[in-house]
Amino acid sequence: MNSFRFSLRMLFRDWRAGELNVLILALVIAISSLTTVGFFADRVELALARESNQLLGADLLVISSQPIPDTLTAEASRRGLAVSSLIKFPSMISNGDSNLLTEIKAVTEGYPLRGRINLADQFSINGDVSTPAHRVAEGIPLPGTIWIDEKVMTRLELKPGDRVDVGMTQLVVTELITREPDHSVGFVSMGPRAIMNAVDLPKTGLIQEGSRVSYQLLLAGELKKVEQYREWVKPQLTRAQRLEGIRDARPEIRAALERAEKFLSLAALASVVLAAAALALAVRRFTLRHLDGCAVMRSLGASQKQLFYLYLYYFIVLGIVASTIGSLIGFAAQQVLTQWLTGIVDTELPWPDALPAVQGVMVGLVLLLGFALPPVLNLRSVPALRVLRRDIGLSNTHSVAGYVLGLIALSLMFIWKAQDLKLGLYIVAGFITAITVFGAIGWLLIRVLGGLRHQAGGAWRYGLASIRRRAASSVLQAVALGLGLMALLLLTLIQDDLIKDWHTSLPADAPNHFLVNIQSDQVQAIQTFFQQHDITQPRMFPMVRARLSKINGKSVAAEDYAHDPHAERHVRREFNLSWTNRLMSDNQVVKGTWWQDGTQEALLSFEEGLAKTLGLRVGDELTYDIAGSAFSARIDNLRKVDWDTFRVNFFVLVPPGLLDQYPASYITSFYVSPAQASVMHELVRAFPNLLVVDVAIVIGQVQQMIRQVSQAIEFVFVFTMLAGFAVLYAAIASTHDERIHEAAVFRALGARRQQLSRAWAAEFALLGGLSGLFASAGASALGYVIGEHVLNLQYSFNPWIWLIGTSIGAVGVLLAGMLGTRSVLSTPPLLTLRNIG
Amino acid sequence: MLDHQVNQPILSTQALTKQVSIGETQLTILHDITLQVNPGEAVAILGASGSGKSTLLGLLAGLDLPSSGKVHLQDVDLFTLDEDSRAALRGKMMGFVFQSFQLLPALTAIENVMLPLELAATDNAESVAQKLLQRVGLANRLYHYPKQLSGGEQQRVAIARAFATEPRLLLADEPTGNLDSATGVQIIELMFELNREHGTTLILVTHDEVLSRRCSRQIRLADGKLLQ
Ligand SMILES: Nc1ncnc2c1ncn2[C@@H]1O[C@H](COP(=O)(O)OP(=O)(O)OP(=O)(O)O)[C@@H](O)[C@H]1O
Ligand SMILES: [Mg+2]
Repeated sequence: MNSFRFSLRMLFRDWRAGELNVLILALVIAISSLTTVGFFADRVELALARESNQLLGADLLVISSQPIPDTLTAEASRRGLAVSSLIKFPSMISNGDSNLLTEIKAVTEGYPLRGRINLADQFSINGDVSTPAHRVAEGIPLPGTIWIDEKVMTRLELKPGDRVDVGMTQLVVTELITREPDHSVGFVSMGPRAIMNAVDLPKTGLIQEGSRVSYQLLLAGELKKVEQYREWVKPQLTRAQRLEGIRDARPEIRAALERAEKFLSLAALASVVLAAAALALAVRRFTLRHLDGCAVMRSLGASQKQLFYLYLYYFIVLGIVASTIGSLIGFAAQQVLTQWLTGIVDTELPWPDALPAVQGVMVGLVLLLGFALPPVLNLRSVPALRVLRRDIGLSNTHSVAGYVLGLIALSLMFIWKAQDLKLGLYIVAGFITAITVFGAIGWLLIRVLGGLRHQAGGAWRYGLASIRRRAASSVLQAVALGLGLMALLLLTLIQDDLIKDWHTSLPADAPNHFLVNIQSDQVQAIQTFFQQHDITQPRMFPMVRARLSKINGKSVAAEDYAHDPHAERHVRREFNLSWTNRLMSDNQVVKGTWWQDGTQEALLSFEEGLAKTLGLRVGDELTYDIAGSAFSARIDNLRKVDWDTFRVNFFVLVPPGLLDQYPASYITSFYVSPAQASVMHELVRAFPNLLVVDVAIVIGQVQQMIRQVSQAIEFVFVFTMLAGFAVLYAAIASTHDERIHEAAVFRALGARRQQLSRAWAAEFALLGGLSGLFASAGASALGYVIGEHVLNLQYSFNPWIWLIGTSIGAVGVLLAGMLGTRSVLSTPPLLTLRNIG
Repeated sequence: MLDHQVNQPILSTQALTKQVSIGETQLTILHDITLQVNPGEAVAILGASGSGKSTLLGLLAGLDLPSSGKVHLQDVDLFTLDEDSRAALRGKMMGFVFQSFQLLPALTAIENVMLPLELAATDNAESVAQKLLQRVGLANRLYHYPKQLSGGEQQRVAIARAFATEPRLLLADEPTGNLDSATGVQIIELMFELNREHGTTLILVTHDEVLSRRCSRQIRLADGKLLQ
């Protein structure tokens, strides 16, 4: 206890004397930027998840072909989740003599739990179909009423107040739906739609044994509670039931969300790297400044144990205090940031988790205890003889071991923080490699450059000599600055590629309509139709519906896949087989090779993910049942498909010519501007069998998300930059003492201020340039690895980064260095010499 | 009993030798030094620069290890102890005054004097330190930092610190080396006064003949050897 009090006293004294300024500043900036990023990323993730759930109408769905047992509903309510339910079924709606097969949703109070239903202001839609004047529905249709969509309205020629027959009852048409949440805006169900109140359902008499009905339980609530419910319900699902979150429903959204999340955690990790670099520099200064004091204490009778506890308690308290302050600042900054961002996007960001604060304090402690403490605790073994002989210092082997320990602690921290083992491991490996390589090359370069000083002239000569004299500090500075800059460049590169990639995969004119069920004899006519209406002729993809019947000669049944509902669903369903010679640009062969033009062999190209789900490999022989006859082919290659492009893609492809004898239909996707929306109506009128699927809403949603994430990412980047400044500050401060001494001696020897400042400028520029060079190399390499393997980006090497990195390093360090040493240069030498006496 | 104590030397060395190797060559800095210091004595160690004075002092204080030979502090064979035990012994028995003062820059004058007492977990550290600083004439400089004090004032603080734990032995390595001669004289006066007041044994390293004559005995070193 006594030694704890002594620690506190020494801590207070050092703090009062300003000894801890650099250390505390580095730590507080680092931790606050870390927590800011953490908090913010957390909130953005939550907001994005919530936003995308609007498409689903809920955070989670339980979907079943049988009525959903009350136990599931009751448990959800017990867990504090919002609950609603709906029943979806196809049925005829009639208005006098005209009938229309419509998809009806019978909904209960609360629907939708996420998102909203938009209703047209006027009961007619003309002109701009995609954004007619509308209002948000309050509640659901009253009992006895029905809301219909535009297709029902036009085909049945309905007005408000008209009565329609639904099964055995009559309902009054009250509203026109312009938009409703529904994830299954897919190929199957884009017929006319209507919404009614579930109360009226029994009166219709439509729901009977054997009717095609989908029961859905909608759930919404806090992310964690929803996840817990998901875990709870999963093992109890029957074959008829399945779960669906937005990520299960829409691969495009899943891909966008996951990348955004990975990027945000990458940004958080980058700030940890920056924090570590700043701290390493600050700690080096701390140990150098405390060497003498420790030697004196040793000579005054302090044991190693005493000094050990002195600095252990000292740093634990320092760590807790500084990290807490950092976390609080981080929280405040994040609050401001969110305010700012909500001004730009119109989503309310949910309240963040406390986790980032805990993580902030933990990272601060791990950094300090793992990274700073080992070299500091080394102080205890400073030979007391130093009080007599100044040249005796610490052996360096200890501090290398100390850094290694710190690195291990940091690595574990990283992997925990990354919440993605692969990303964590790549980053840890990347940065450790960088440290080693930077260190080694730095050392070598400094030796070589130092050797060159005789050839160089004037300021450069002294600058080089200076770098070499401070070899250990210089290497540490170059490595730390290099790492810091590398983290920043890495973020810039990836951010750039990420945003670019999103924009190219979803350009403003990304296909927003699908045309399904085109018959062979209609292809020509439809092309002509497009031509006449000035719409770019889209590529038509043929497809034949087929059911998988045998794998390697063995019959498959859905039951065989009962353990994997995903696989089971695929086996149960019919596949669309398509054929092509040309690999689409958003497809990439990952196993095997793409077939040669004109091959007559029965080959298959399988989508990688589905192959995995079904346990298929290259070389497997599959047999399909197509309209009653068998078709066999061998898997020749596996493809990776970029699902977030909204283009037509197929799980299974074959070479052309093999399926010619089977009845084919065609599918295509294309972009229709809002102004041309009426053309679609004309198209459907001309070809009534066509199914037009409008994904404009989904695309709008994803594009909106991408905009928001891009902005969030830019904000986050600014905060990581702050941590970068902490590194710079610590780097300049780390040699401050040496410089004071040097300046005094040089000037006492008659050097003019200008000579000295030029020499230092040369030194700073060299050091910064070197760090920048390291950083560019490291960022390019690590960026490539992370882009390719973690974020699945098309990584583009940017040659400019070398120039930019090197010049930012040189100029930045030069400016900061000259600013930081201005006071040293303007102090009269006598004063300095006396102060260091 | 008393008789025995008076006759027993407080510090003695036997054939103390220190060698260092620089590259291939072995350099003998101290050669076969045998000497005794009795309680209450004031001994000056004299010699030219580089003759090995500081090295000898470091060995006497147990701050460094000899190549061979022994140092006894009263009954205790210093080099049979480990470094921590030697440190504890230093804390109990020795005080130091150095040429470059060696004050902790982050601590005020009074905190510097309190430091050895705090390390020894003494309760009344503050009042002891205050009295000592008063004694060395720095009553109104208690809360100044070292860099706010002149060289002479800093050395006074160092002297107050050296006496804080009531050591039996005071070791000083050129305490006036960084001071002008007038200040140096004052500092030496102060040291001798305190030495007398506390009945401390003093070992003073210097190359100043005049100063050394104030001590009761002179030991001369040349090239690491004792001149008898
Ligand atoms: N660890 C060491 N390695 C190499 N040489 C050493 C070492 N320690 C001391 N020396 C040398 O031994 C000699 C004696 O050094 P010491 O510091 O004891 O001299 P000194 O008498 O105190 O000199 P001064 O009056 O200048 O302080 C010097 O030449 C010194 O360079
Ligand atoms: Mg000396």
